[in-house]
Amino acid sequence: MDINPILLLAALMVASTPILLAAIGELVVERAGVLNLGVEGMMIVGAVCGYIAGHSSGNPYFGFVGAACAGAVVSLVFAVLTQFLLTNQVATGLGLTMFGLGLSSLIGQDAVGSPDLTVAKLSFPILSDIPVLGPILFRHDLMVYLSIVIVAGVWAFLKYSRAGLILRAVGENHEAAHALGYNVRRVRVFAILFGGACAGLAGAYISLVRVPQWIDGITAGAGWIALAIVVFASWKPWRLIAGAYLFGGVTVLQLNLQAEGLKIPVEYLSMAPYLATIIVLVMIRAGRAPASLGKPFHPSS
Amino acid sequence: MKRRTLLATGAGAALAAAMGMPARAQDKTKVGFIYVGPINDGGWTQHHHHSAMEMVEHFGDAVEFVYQESVPEGPDAERAITQMALGGADIIFTTSFGFMDPTVNVATNFPDVKFEHATGYKQADNVSVYSARFYEGRAIQGTLAGRVTTTNKIGYIASVPIPEVIRGINSAYIHAKKVNPDVEFKIIWIFEWLNPAKEADAAKALIEQGCDVVLQHTDSTAPHQAAREAGGVYTFGQAADMAEYGPMPRISSIIDNWAPYYIDRVQAVIDGTWSSVNTWDGISTGMVGIGEISDVVPAEVKAEAEAMRDAIAAGEYHPFTGPINKQDGSPWLAEGETASDGDLASMFFYVEGVEGDIPS
Repeated sequence: MDINPILLLAALMVASTPILLAAIGELVVERAGVLNLGVEGMMIVGAVCGYIAGHSSGNPYFGFVGAACAGAVVSLVFAVLTQFLLTNQVATGLGLTMFGLGLSSLIGQDAVGSPDLTVAKLSFPILSDIPVLGPILFRHDLMVYLSIVIVAGVWAFLKYSRAGLILRAVGENHEAAHALGYNVRRVRVFAILFGGACAGLAGAYISLVRVPQWIDGITAGAGWIALAIVVFASWKPWRLIAGAYLFGGVTVLQLNLQAEGLKIPVEYLSMAPYLATIIVLVMIRAGRAPASLGKPFHPSS
Repeated sequence: MKRRTLLATGAGAALAAAMGMPARAQDKTKVGFIYVGPINDGGWTQHHHHSAMEMVEHFGDAVEFVYQESVPEGPDAERAITQMALGGADIIFTTSFGFMDPTVNVATNFPDVKFEHATGYKQADNVSVYSARFYEGRAIQGTLAGRVTTTNKIGYIASVPIPEVIRGINSAYIHAKKVNPDVEFKIIWIFEWLNPAKEADAAKALIEQGCDVVLQHTDSTAPHQAAREAGGVYTFGQAADMAEYGPMPRISSIIDNWAPYYIDRVQAVIDGTWSSVNTWDGISTGMVGIGEISDVVPAEVKAEAEAMRDAIAAGEYHPFTGPINKQDGSPWLAEGETASDGDLASMFFYVEGVEGDIPS
């Protein structure tokens, strides 16, 4: 047995972070009643912009800021099209993904990086030295913790803040929210921008920490997984963590089991992350979609 | 009604283009390439593209060069190849195993266009196949891996279960075992040629399980980055030299050099002497290059590996020389017997000592 459970659990957190970041952004977008299928596109633009910003400035955190901005800018295209020109959200989102893939390839053509740029692993006094838990939980890079902080923040925002209540109202019944005098479009545009920024961060996490390189198509479908996890988590922030960590965990585990030479056909191991995530999240599923999800809205109606 | 007219016109134009092609006066030979990955993947596709560019430089104005990158294997490939043939290409190189059936299908519709399919085995009157004996390079990697490992665990990131990849695993294993009887191979299949995130995860998983050498049959440099971060782990460049990761972790590489072949084949089209061939070249013709072995490798090991390289090039040594048993213990090659090309081309078994099953 060569699998080290401590290293495995630590790797799980790194593998899950990009999905978690992208999913929490999309969760807010969907809670505001907008379906943005362009997560993959926004992620990959974030990946290339974060890579370039990080490597040209020599500071990976600057890369993450750049990636969040780039993701938000791309999502603004979606916001203008769907909120003001009332285009179909599904078609526009799919278009955004293709646009993002092409754009990132164009931007990244001459991207050069230095292999020495690394995102520092944090070390907490006392906590990092706890046996077992220390290496699993307290020796990661800043973004791992930031992703959890964002999830907690979104949860608190939706549950306790007035603005969160308005956002949910917009997502559940935009006509009523409009009648009460809330600016539905403005709320949604901000939600979309937040979703874009999170997707950008997720992309940059792949190109600056997890791989870390820029190669065309580097996100390889992670955005779609994030979308699926939002649905299976019933639009609830904490379940999102469960879904993302489960998916990331089984992904890492299946690679380890393969290396271990386990007598299970590799095909089953490869599909395990998808199966496990679907089964578990379907079992705990109790929520429903925001009632206005994906429906177009115009204040004149 | 109007749309129908438009479609009919379009089809007519396409047909005319297809039929008119051979008759058209051609001052330039149009050469097309279909790539499976992006031309900057740092590995497989990038090297095909470099070789193609060398070919273009060689011919200068005599050829017109077109390419399409990141073409998915499968039905969409057929569309891409057809489009290129309709675009008037005289010869089309399709550079991934999964383009085999699409290439053959399109070739039947365009008998006057020459097709060259890399790493496949289906030939036709206007379809040549070409590949490189990468397993020769794997023998050298295996030797180096077996010598430099201290944990005796060697990781192998395998891509798609086809004979070419399995040959590589077997060849590396046989030679690692030969110099170090205690080695153990850990193999991870990722079912893709290029997926940097998965490659990085796989490399990390292997390293965490104690592998201090990671071989890869995938196209990106992500495993090298993982090895560099882990420290003390050796890797090998795949398809490209990947020298930017030397001298550590990258200690050598297999470099694909297709340029001489491309120049040769395009010249044949220009001369009108092209005929369907099955080419399978290795170190001896330079199609498989062995990247500089870096100095972190002990001098005597480096010399040993280079001697093997030279012996293979000279035809004195065949990496699959008996006695070799199959995984289940049944004999495959007798003492001194070498594997036939047919056996190698269809190899779908592990040799004795490799653990695990080949995914089907």
